[in-house]
Amino acid sequence: MRIPILKLNDMLLVSIQVVLDDQSALMLKEDLLQKIHVTGAGGVVLDLTSLDIIDSFIAKVLGDMVSMAELMGAKVVITGIQPAVAITLIELGISLPNIMTALDLEKGIELLRNAVIDDE
Amino acid sequence: MMNKDTVHIQHELDIVQARQKGREISKKIAFGTVDQVRITTAISELARNIYLYAGSGDISIEEIHDGNKKGIKISAVDQGPGIADIRKVLEDGYSTSGGLGAGVPGVKRLMDDFSIDSAVGKGTAITAVKWLK
Ligand SMILES: Nc1ncnc2c1ncn2[C@@H]1O[C@H](COP(=O)(O)OP(=O)(O)OP(=O)(O)O)[C@@H](O)[C@H]1O
Ligand SMILES: [Mg+2]
Repeated sequence: MRIPILKLNDMLLVSIQVVLDDQSALMLKEDLLQKIHVTGAGGVVLDLTSLDIIDSFIAKVLGDMVSMAELMGAKVVITGIQPAVAITLIELGISLPNIMTALDLEKGIELLRNAVIDDE
Repeated sequence: MMNKDTVHIQHELDIVQARQKGREISKKIAFGTVDQVRITTAISELARNIYLYAGSGDISIEEIHDGNKKGIKISAVDQGPGIADIRKVLEDGYSTSGGLGAGVPGVKRLMDDFSIDSAVGKGTAITAVKWLK
């Protein structure tokens, strides 16, 4: 299932609303990098509110996605990780170091605005 | 009331199927939200390992009882290549596939009881149990 990527000014918004299987996750990574390239977006908000689990594979794809986007010059903020998902991730032994996170989409957009402005 | 379900893992989407079954059964047993996520994540790790390293196998999920304790038991069984060095696989960060190497040690931490039985050339059986508190 293809996950839609929305453009809002110089930002891209992705909200994962489907059950995330491995292929969809990998496809999102490629689509997002392509979209950053085409739009020249300076930031991405990736909202995970509806994601009911993050296992080590999905965590690796997310981490890779963030590093690759940053290599291309776009900052990524991850928002909406559910408390139970955060607890499980840490117990799995996975931390997402150097990844900007925010409580919800709104705060994510705000954080990104500030981060992108700071950079300019 | 007994719930036992087996999901045959052969295609990548079977991992999602196993996850959903696990979620459904842990909800039925009345595990709390965090435990439901722990259990579902553990199933996802074990199912993906079967898919990646053995090609195919089975994930069974069942409600178990011990005296007046209630729990969920996950069994992951395959006839794949087996694991030569079980101690290594239990270490964080050990991966032969460029993964994070968080799967097996992670499952051990997420669940209450954990055991691996594996023989090279024969296959692997991993069992993990979570008790309702
Ligand atoms: N069912 C299995 N059959 C054979 N080998 C296995 C099996 N499960 C795990 N292994 C071996 O154990 C190693 C560690 O597994 P683990 O799940 O901890 O990490 P990973 O799968 O490599 O990465 P991650 O799960 O973090 O994406 C694997 O790389 C693989 O070599
Ligand atoms: Mg694994």
